[in-house]
Amino acid sequence: MKPAAFDYLRPSNRREACERLHEAGDDARLIAGGQSLMAVLNMRLAQPRQLIDIAGIEDLHFIERRDDHLAVGAGVTQAELLEYPGLAEAVPLLAQAMPWIGHWQTRNRGTVCGSIAHADPSAELPLCLVTLEGQVVLENRRGKSRRVMAGDFFQGVLTTDRRQDELITEVRFPLARPGLEYRFQEVSMRHGDFAIVALAGVIDGARVTLGVGGVADRPVCRVFDRHEDPGETLNAFAWSLGAEDDAHATAAYRRQLIRERGRELIAGGPSDEEIAHARQG
Amino acid sequence: MHAKADQRIRVTLTLNGRERSGYAEPRTQLCDFLRHELGATGTHVGCEHGVCGACTVRVDGRASRSCLMLAVQAEGRRLDTVESLAGEEGLSDLQQAFRRHHALQCGFCTAGILMSCEEFLSRVADPSEALVRDMLSGHLCRCTGYTGMVQAVLEVARSRRLATGPDSQQENNDV
Ligand SMILES: Cc1cc2nc3c(=O)[nH]c(=O)nc-3n(C[C@@H](O)[C@H](O)[C@H](O)COP(=O)(O)OP(=O)(O)OC[C@H]3O[C@@H](n4cnc5c(N)ncnc54)[C@H](O)[C@@H]3O)c2cc1C
Ligand code: FES
Ligand code: FES
Repeated sequence: MKPAAFDYLRPSNRREACERLHEAGDDARLIAGGQSLMAVLNMRLAQPRQLIDIAGIEDLHFIERRDDHLAVGAGVTQAELLEYPGLAEAVPLLAQAMPWIGHWQTRNRGTVCGSIAHADPSAELPLCLVTLEGQVVLENRRGKSRRVMAGDFFQGVLTTDRRQDELITEVRFPLARPGLEYRFQEVSMRHGDFAIVALAGVIDGARVTLGVGGVADRPVCRVFDRHEDPGETLNAFAWSLGAEDDAHATAAYRRQLIRERGRELIAGGPSDEEIAHARQG
Repeated sequence: MHAKADQRIRVTLTLNGRERSGYAEPRTQLCDFLRHELGATGTHVGCEHGVCGACTVRVDGRASRSCLMLAVQAEGRRLDTVESLAGEEGLSDLQQAFRRHHALQCGFCTAGILMSCEEFLSRVADPSEALVRDMLSGHLCRCTGYTGMVQAVLEVARSRRLATGPDSQQENNDV
């Protein structure tokens, strides 16, 4: 199908984009890479009166490695971040997870911040951001910016803490810390499809943070102790996410995946000696 | 820039090396602009929501869904479509390999797949079969089963490597 008619605006800076958002109220939508929004428009699931294209705002186009995080501006595509030299060393979880986002062709246009803004519960980037305890940076029409912890940003299916006149200007992924292990696993119908269950793990000695995507209405994390049998706690975790049946998988299968793959991810990390060795090195 | 919903906007871009212009409303998809306004009907349109890959073209070199892009977003950009592949001498090496390996039957998917493969080959000189299959996962073909395409891409990668010599090989097997 074809989209319903809308005005098309191409602001040249952040302030102007937020100003237009504020003026138009709920009638306006931002467009970045269009890899989620255009499909929605084509199917007329949304019919905004104005489309505000932020792809031309030059100062949103940056990847910066700072003291303790990698900042990714709203103009950066998923392909560009994957090609960033040293990604595997800076944020290893992203290097593992990003090849699972859609396809080569959709990553060429889809942006990193667009995926965060879209807040699909099965999406890989929100899961990584939450598991790593990253931040979302938003700016409003007065030029005021605020930072929100990823865990507070995602509030439900396609629902976030973003206010109506705010633009996500960047997201911040904490840099890898020495001695920590980062793991990502996904089960989907075919590679490139949205996750049935996606798991992200940070292994810090005996402490394992396990994030699960694709099950609850947003990514959810729990902390596990590697020295304890995770069976019981994983099972309770799996049930707590309120899995539902859909066309791709049953709720029971999703819970089973969390138990099986979760155990693998928690137990399969490096041994305590390996961690100690890596810390010394 | 602020274009009204019913306004017809002049869009100028470089299509297959030539500057071309036409008119589009804000809501006009790039694929429709190429086909209906510029007459470049080689690019096909299937699902119109980014899944099938039939409409894939190269935008500034990058393989992209032309159904998920607006014509107005292509202003000033370099567009390459399947029409760019065959030269004076006939079909390109990739197209010939597709023919040799029976990598197409009805051909509906082929225009998009060739554009993805071209970008892929320009970035990955020595791809593994797994990587080729991963790139092709962005396309649906209802006829062939993909095996011929995989063979064609691997063969062209090999022959292009031989043609450019070992010194100029890129080492980016893990893209
Ligand atoms: C075939 C296909 C398969 C896919 N598979 C996956 C997958 O497996 N995993 C996955 O995670 N994604 C997948 N996607 C979606 C992914 O490609 C999108 O890139 C991503 O969800 C949105 O990014 P975008 O830049 O394209 O955003 P757009 O589509 O432009 O926008 C999406 C939403 O975010 C808002 N928005 C965008 N940028 C900002 C900003 N800076 N500030 C505030 N709001 C903003 C828009 O208003 C809109 O509501 C797939 C897409 C396709 C077409
Ligand atoms: S028509 Fe564009 S991806 Fe199917
Ligand atoms: S050749 Fe018919 S769909 Fe691919």
